[in-house]
Amino acid sequence: MSPRTLFDPAGFLTKEDAQALTKRVLALAKAEQTRVTILGSARGNTRYAVNQISSGGDNTNVTVSIRSTFGTKSASTTTNKLDDVSLQAAVDLSERLAKLAPDDPEAMPELEPQTYDESPGWSAITASLDPAGRAAAVRAVTEPSRAAKLAATGYIESDAQAHAIANSKGLFAYGRQTGAAMTTTVRAPDGSSSGWAGASHTDWSRIDPEALGARAIDKARASMNPVAIEPGRYTVVLEPTAVGNLVQLLAFALNARNADEGRSFFTKQGGGNKIGLKVVDERVTLVSDPLDPDAAALPFTPEGAPAKKTTWIENGVVRNLAYDRYWAQKQGKSAAPLIGSLKMLGGTSSMEELIASTQRGILVTRFWYIRPVDPRTILYTGLTRDGTFLIEDGKITKAVKNLRYNESPVFMLNNLDAMGPSVRVSASEDGSPGFAIVVPPIKAHDFNFTSLSDAV
Amino acid sequence: MAQSRREFIQLSSAAALGLAAYRLPPQYRIASPSAPPLSDPTFKELAMRALDAAKSAGAEYADVRISQNRNQAIQTREHRVQSLSDSETFGFGVRVLVKGAWGFAASRDLVADEMVRVARQAVAQAQANRAALERPVVLAPVTPTASGTWRGPAEIDPFEVPIEEKVALLLDANAAALKVAGAKFVNSGMFFLREEKTLATSDGTYVVQTIFRSQPQMTVTAVAPDFSDFQSRQSNDIQPMGRGYEHVRDAKLVENATRWATEAVQKLGAKPVDVGRYDLVLHPTHLWLTIHESIAHPTELDRAMGYEANYAGTSFVSPPQKMLGTFRYGPEIMNIQGDRTQVGSLSACGWDDEGVVPDTFLIIKKGIVNDYQTTREQAPWLDWWYKKQGKQTRSHGCSYAQSWEDIQFQRMPNVSLLPGEKEQSFEDLIAATDKGIAIVGEGSFSIDQQRYNAQFGGQLFYEIKGGKVVGMLRDVAYQMRTPDFWNAMDMIGGKKSYQMGGAFNDGKGQPSQSNAVSHGCVPARFKQINVINTGRKA
Repeated sequence: MSPRTLFDPAGFLTKEDAQALTKRVLALAKAEQTRVTILGSARGNTRYAVNQISSGGDNTNVTVSIRSTFGTKSASTTTNKLDDVSLQAAVDLSERLAKLAPDDPEAMPELEPQTYDESPGWSAITASLDPAGRAAAVRAVTEPSRAAKLAATGYIESDAQAHAIANSKGLFAYGRQTGAAMTTTVRAPDGSSSGWAGASHTDWSRIDPEALGARAIDKARASMNPVAIEPGRYTVVLEPTAVGNLVQLLAFALNARNADEGRSFFTKQGGGNKIGLKVVDERVTLVSDPLDPDAAALPFTPEGAPAKKTTWIENGVVRNLAYDRYWAQKQGKSAAPLIGSLKMLGGTSSMEELIASTQRGILVTRFWYIRPVDPRTILYTGLTRDGTFLIEDGKITKAVKNLRYNESPVFMLNNLDAMGPSVRVSASEDGSPGFAIVVPPIKAHDFNFTSLSDAV
Repeated sequence: MAQSRREFIQLSSAAALGLAAYRLPPQYRIASPSAPPLSDPTFKELAMRALDAAKSAGAEYADVRISQNRNQAIQTREHRVQSLSDSETFGFGVRVLVKGAWGFAASRDLVADEMVRVARQAVAQAQANRAALERPVVLAPVTPTASGTWRGPAEIDPFEVPIEEKVALLLDANAAALKVAGAKFVNSGMFFLREEKTLATSDGTYVVQTIFRSQPQMTVTAVAPDFSDFQSRQSNDIQPMGRGYEHVRDAKLVENATRWATEAVQKLGAKPVDVGRYDLVLHPTHLWLTIHESIAHPTELDRAMGYEANYAGTSFVSPPQKMLGTFRYGPEIMNIQGDRTQVGSLSACGWDDEGVVPDTFLIIKKGIVNDYQTTREQAPWLDWWYKKQGKQTRSHGCSYAQSWEDIQFQRMPNVSLLPGEKEQSFEDLIAATDKGIAIVGEGSFSIDQQRYNAQFGGQLFYEIKGGKVVGMLRDVAYQMRTPDFWNAMDMIGGKKSYQMGGAFNDGKGQPSQSNAVSHGCVPARFKQINVINTGRKA
């Protein structure tokens, strides 16, 4: 099998290792153009349920993807077997498939060598978090939870990844990233209340398990005896996680080609797209910057192009949509790829001020099971979960039953009343570190709740 | 409906020997990247090394899974192939139980030293995990299988079909769709998996299985001439299956493309639905997903016991002591079965991922909760119920991991609505309905974390008046409270109307893993369900 030095179980795929591996693969290739993509990964996780660790896992992997091109025909293969025979077989298969592929009228040549910025997305603390460290963090939540006669369930994940891209034109890109996330749901043993807290960061030491557990315990206590309220349009105060749950949906809709083809919210009636048009409140600005330490992402695209800071929406106006290289060339634009992070600039109100300024409204901790309903308006449905409260006369007065909404982040950001400062959140449904999302808490009016749920 | 297990194994072994398989001449086959067959005796030796290392490090139980998954995906749009990719992943995972705590570690490097290192790593992790242990894990008994093989019912190995044939089929189907006036865009694709999986357990099981999955798919989009609207039709009358390339050929993509395109265009001109209560007649291509979300998930025992509270959620079918034998989920005509044997179903296997031969069991019996989905860890939690029934406590065989990298845990088997006694069809149900909506194909879906409040869309909506379809509707979604919805079911189809739907990507667990599962069902009618209109103006 493969040489053991390539991937030290406790260590990581270095730039030199990655360079050596891409050279080995490129030397085996006979296609007119070849691209090699390497992902080295290590993941550790611990799950806990009802105040005890229920399972966990530690794994490592290295995958090599080969993309072969003859003229405008191309195909790709991926393997995680790194011995010479297996790599040759993967290269051969990729080349055979490419020769059998039809000509691609949208084929783009491999890129020439590029220069990249250094991403700040690596933390040695995250990369070395071990099962004992994770177990200690779990106890920081389960012990206070047990003492409070509540049941804590949750998850910790730490990931360390090395990405490398090389092609037959001499391009080489290398970057490494870490991500850590901890989430917890604390429930009353009889199922009568539930509270959630979570955090995600490049750097595990930026996550405070004890504080996170205390927040979830407080929410679970405050969520006892929820009352039913009539569904309808409400002013909402959304905690940053809830904002992240919804605002990240905009990123998926930013595709320029879909807009130009008439099948997107960003399609302009009569043809073309909405670049230059105001679509949300003028206080809304959305950016992706791979070099932002709080929202770091890889500084290159899967094709090896440099990933640069991109402003999608500025003061409510669409500034950029995501263009792949082909569509950019066809439309006479510069390519602007989607980047693995998103930040919404915030305001100055504190959470307390957002609540205090609300006469009657609903405070939402997070949303759940968010699924698309209508792509024409970026309309999604989903439900509140694990901490939903009624605000009356500037104060939280009681817990309310969960509510289903049918709403679009576009409508919500048009109905914006006020914002707090932006923070990094754990906005993935599954609690994985996922993309870096940095968003503010917001207050918005006329949020569309359509039915009540009995779920706690 | 389902073949018996014995017949099935006979059929599978025939296929394994190539007797039932259609084989291409060697010059047309594309060689897979080199891989020793998983029946390679060295695998057994390596697996035993890992089990021995785990036991000598202190594990009371251990299992090792070695697996190789090969995937192929082809994506096209209009007249162009967007991507053609073939991938494999190979490695092993070791799970250990140390004084009642689980540990799991995995690696891609299948050599003796690494097997030993990873087994010890799993034991060390289990020891760290014991730090917060309150209730040690106890496993239900299992009868070990010392040597066994199982192969999914693929007549044609998808990886042996020439790529040109696949590409030509998709592009021909796209061309057929684009001939329909108003059909502006079409995306189509095929996805295939072949998984070869070896399981060795410290209680003496050693089994090798080969699993196939195939899915052809198409989405046609129609755009209004003034760019004011667009509508899509997904080909979800063709569902993913645990079959080989014969499933793609049977799907008749070219023949069906014209219909899908026509329906996409018709959706542009459909009438917006008036909100209100309607009798819904749900086609099996739609109803399978409602069953998945509102019956299959809430009857997972780990959810009911609070183990998935942080992501997938808990369940309203809880606690089991108050539910089993008493809770009315639906009417007398409602029987819900769990199984992993239906031929061509996505959940079918010979053994689950902890060596249990899955059984067929009734989750809902005549409308009453009768059982939950279980693993070896979970079955003892229902000891009292099985004793009361005079049954042995055994796992239903619902342990599954998506790959060698991930720990196995409870995943749903096929969960199916059994046919009614009266032989009646979807059309018969429509004919018996005065004012209603018939829904075909699954669409948008969302349900809360205890599986009470759900909202479902669909692909095609037909207005029913006086027992007849009078036109197409749009922007339809229904909202429901699970027990109210199922208790509103008053008519179901018979045996001949039974068909399977399913998905490759049922998500659960942290880290989230995808389970592939089928749901068989008959068409059914639901009285007076709340329908909303989802259309809004931007």
